[in-house]
Amino acid sequence: MSLLSWGMFPNIKNKIFNLRDEKSLSLYIETTDEFIPYGNGRSYGDSALSENIVYAKPYNNFLSFDEQNGILNAEAGVLLSEILEAFVSRGWFLRVTPGTKLITLGGAIASDVHGKNHHVEGCFSECVEEFTIMGVDGKIKSCKKGDELFLATCGGMGLTGVILSAKISLKKINSKNINQTTIKTKNLKETFEVFEAHKEKPYSVAWIDCLAKGEEIGKSLLMVGDFADDGNLEYKSKKKLTIPFNFPSFALNTLSVKAFNYLYYAKAKDGISYQKVDIDTFFYPLDAIGDWNKIYGSGGFTQYQFILPKEQSYEGLREILTKISASGKGSFLAVLKLYGKENENYLSFPLEGYSLALDFKIESGLFELLDTLDEVVLKYAGRIYLTKDVRVSKETFEKGYPQIEKFRAYRKEHKMDKKLNSLQSKRVQI
Amino acid sequence: MSYVLIIGAKSDIAKEVARVYAKNGYNLYLAARESLELEDLKQDIEIRSGVEVKLVEFDITAFDTHEEFYTSLHERPLGVIVVAGFMCEQKIAQNDWNKTLQTINVNYTGALSILNIVANDFEKERRGFIVGVSSVAGDRGRKANYIYGSAKAGFSAYLSGLRNRLYESGVSVLSVKPGFVNTKMTQALDLPQNLTAQPQDVAEDIFNAQQRGRNILYTKSIWMFIMLIIKHIPEFIFKKMSI
Repeated sequence: MSLLSWGMFPNIKNKIFNLRDEKSLSLYIETTDEFIPYGNGRSYGDSALSENIVYAKPYNNFLSFDEQNGILNAEAGVLLSEILEAFVSRGWFLRVTPGTKLITLGGAIASDVHGKNHHVEGCFSECVEEFTIMGVDGKIKSCKKGDELFLATCGGMGLTGVILSAKISLKKINSKNINQTTIKTKNLKETFEVFEAHKEKPYSVAWIDCLAKGEEIGKSLLMVGDFADDGNLEYKSKKKLTIPFNFPSFALNTLSVKAFNYLYYAKAKDGISYQKVDIDTFFYPLDAIGDWNKIYGSGGFTQYQFILPKEQSYEGLREILTKISASGKGSFLAVLKLYGKENENYLSFPLEGYSLALDFKIESGLFELLDTLDEVVLKYAGRIYLTKDVRVSKETFEKGYPQIEKFRAYRKEHKMDKKLNSLQSKRVQI
Repeated sequence: MSYVLIIGAKSDIAKEVARVYAKNGYNLYLAARESLELEDLKQDIEIRSGVEVKLVEFDITAFDTHEEFYTSLHERPLGVIVVAGFMCEQKIAQNDWNKTLQTINVNYTGALSILNIVANDFEKERRGFIVGVSSVAGDRGRKANYIYGSAKAGFSAYLSGLRNRLYESGVSVLSVKPGFVNTKMTQALDLPQNLTAQPQDVAEDIFNAQQRGRNILYTKSIWMFIMLIIKHIPEFIFKKMSI
């Protein structure tokens, strides 16, 4: 069996080692030339792909829970969804969660994921108290905040070892519901104003119509919210609808994207509206459709996500959105988000500013378009998110990450650079 | 809430079945040889679900211990799920009588030994459910896997008869026929991704099918169609094939 990434591109053969216990992993590391850890396969690109894969998902016991302080110790293969299933009804929620709950704990650390509350809570590493990791020498190390191994591993794309377990702190909630405000904006300027006006709210995100042109560039549905206080904690994961097969390639084209965007925007009321929605609807709308990546057909897709520093965000986004709408290649939903302060981890993606994430079907001409978008990102001093990437060049990548040399030196010093590699790490030489 | 007894609790499928039943509020007996090795799973389930988990020592091939094992459970279970299974390479099994015997005893004789006892009890009580994890390999013997397959075929026939017998007393019997599942048992095989289920999915399928009182579950469901075709290939053609 071969494992693909979420974008289903590139399609390469790999040999899988199922992680079940430390002893056999240690033996595997000793006897395998080169490998990369793989969680639940939700990274879009090639960051968890290699000829040899350590499949960490089967390694998934809960180890302990401190009810007083909300500290969970669990093995790295545990999915965030499993944490929610166990703890929401007891009044606990993840302090930081990305837009899917179907990622492993180890993956959340390796990508140092962020959520709709980055501007107040920061990245996933903020809630990681400590973790254990097996290095390329087959030995287990324990690692705390502030250690160099911590700085390199959080956001380090699995390139510093196989994360085995982690202690994370959860946050107290008093409801499974979120009071949501939806604000419809007419253009990018208004979108920015609304973001700024609501930046005290813990959660915010905007769905942006990336095919809008001219005056309407940047028109969005902005959603902000916070947990309700109604004491209703009866949480059950919704039964999901599954896309049974890859859609034929003609199903997704400019027209269908336009139609979708039109309907999506038409659904929301003009101006401001208020809703009470549950955790799954607010945080994980796409998880409701299992295997939604198949919508893009068997050729696969990629997500282009970049971030720009705050002062340059408006100009940069306008320029990029103009290029995208002119190209006619669009994604169903493009996500715009405001970010807070950057952390100290060597390769974490967020910096204070705005990021945009767009899905694109892999087709001819796409990578050329993305190359031209890269130029704009660099012009405005931005960077690209490795977790979503499948094609960025070494040069573009490096310019965005000023701590890259520290990361490289650390890998070299501890002989990780020979043994731990993905297709991506080789391409961008990290 | 009541207990569910899981026989063969060390397997990857059993581990996930245990988690699903616990998530839905059932207490558990996890039965296996050297059951203390399941301490991690017990702890995992207790943290996740807050149910009671008891580890019980059980050897499916020690037939004469089964009666005492069952009667000594401190509370009779509401349901019993047999997940125990043993498979070795066909080449090894056909050349080593002990391996053949082990295949039969774990997959067939041992399962019958414990389920006979359970069935009599449930029938008397007029309540309970029985789930037996068999295999699509039991639907038709193939040269690649027929010793294991024949034991599972026997088990499938047994479950079918048991279902027939217990229908009147309101005890449900579910036969589960997984195809390829990504487990320890299959880790040496090169399985096609589209046809290979994850143990978590199999466990959810089993729970849902059992709760709905279904009779036969193929998981993934595509196996029902695959086996329908395989079962209907005429023998004079089938014997020449390598599938």
